[in-house]
Amino acid sequence: MVDNKAFMIKSGWMLGLFSLIGIGLVSLTHSFTHQQIAENERLFVLKNLHELVPNALHDNDLLADTLHVSDAKAFGKQQDVTLYRATKNGQLVALIAAPTAPDGYNGSIKLLVAIKENGELIGVRAVAHHETPGLGDAIDTNKSGWVYAFNGRSLSDPDVKHWRVKRDGGDFDQFTGATITPRAVVKMVLKTLQYYQANQDKLAKTHG
Amino acid sequence: MDSYKQILKNGLWDNNQAFVALLGLCPLLAVSNTVINGLGLGIATTLTLILSNAVVSLVRHQVGSEIRLPVFVLIIASIVTAIELIMNAFFYELYLILGIFIPLIVTNCSIIGRAEAFASKNPMLASCIDGLAMGLGFTCALVILGAAREVLGSGTLFANAHLMFGEAARDMTIYVINDYEGFLLAILPPGAFIGLGLLIALKNVIDKRLAKPSQQAVTVTLEPKKA
Repeated sequence: MVDNKAFMIKSGWMLGLFSLIGIGLVSLTHSFTHQQIAENERLFVLKNLHELVPNALHDNDLLADTLHVSDAKAFGKQQDVTLYRATKNGQLVALIAAPTAPDGYNGSIKLLVAIKENGELIGVRAVAHHETPGLGDAIDTNKSGWVYAFNGRSLSDPDVKHWRVKRDGGDFDQFTGATITPRAVVKMVLKTLQYYQANQDKLAKTHG
Repeated sequence: MDSYKQILKNGLWDNNQAFVALLGLCPLLAVSNTVINGLGLGIATTLTLILSNAVVSLVRHQVGSEIRLPVFVLIIASIVTAIELIMNAFFYELYLILGIFIPLIVTNCSIIGRAEAFASKNPMLASCIDGLAMGLGFTCALVILGAAREVLGSGTLFANAHLMFGEAARDMTIYVINDYEGFLLAILPPGAFIGLGLLIALKNVIDKRLAKPSQQAVTVTLEPKKA
């Protein structure tokens, strides 16, 4: 019995020791990579934002001037939407929203929706999605130019009734064999535009 | 103890983790849709195998058999987490593509399989070579399957090479078939299963051909080591 107990204690120490070594290794790696990782993530977001609102249009740090809104009524399902404000000389020139369309064919689709200060769309990008390769992934700019159809559109172009895919009687093309994906994207872009229209004054205010 | 040459041959061919042992199929099937994805995951897996085999071999006399599995799991998980952080820091875009499959290396049973079947019984150098051989064998499988699926599925080879080798490699993409419409099945998961099946069949045919000249001798069936 005593032997057994001693053995268990020894094994316990052994496991503890290896846990410590493991923690040590991971902490060490973390300590010399975490800055690089944070920088990578920052640059990645910035690259996506600058594709929509080029550097020449604004003079602020897009990543520093952000808002987080949680407006279940505007964006449907409860979600935290990050808004990036692009300003020039303190004036709002564009707003980039990062909503997630929850109803893609394969889960949610993360979007970037850039809106000019006057409510006109600059453009839309799908930044992360799991849509079917060859069908739904045509929302990706690498695969097709479908998202460019949003450029220059606004709440009055087309009117709200036609802010749907053609299959549903709207103005936007669906893809052959994939209606669910574009439908989800169109719906979320419309919601974002409506949110912007409803909160325009609040969003234009300078702060910070 | 096997000779080093035997260990290498074992990992690359006779006991290839993907084609013979059929281990680690989840990452193999999920990530092998292009050559570069396959290569990226293959290298990460190889690195993990070498390091985990080395450490397991190093502590094999200290760790009693009762607690060896949790200790191996701890070792492997720590190594994979460290590799994940390093990839996240230095190969960020490739990391975005391989995404969840890097942490999933932990669940690649061929790693704990080699720790248990080889590294816990053999000296360190032999264990490292075994890790290298098994990893290379797995990488080859990923790359071959990736190449087949990429050519069939999208008509290219080495697409996205810049994610791994830097901007200079952007032109490495070979358009095998111009204006190719794409063959969706090859890119989707069923294509992975069918492709793997065909490759295993091909390997068996080659093995049979190789065995023919010495048919007089006793037929030796190589029992894959179960992990």
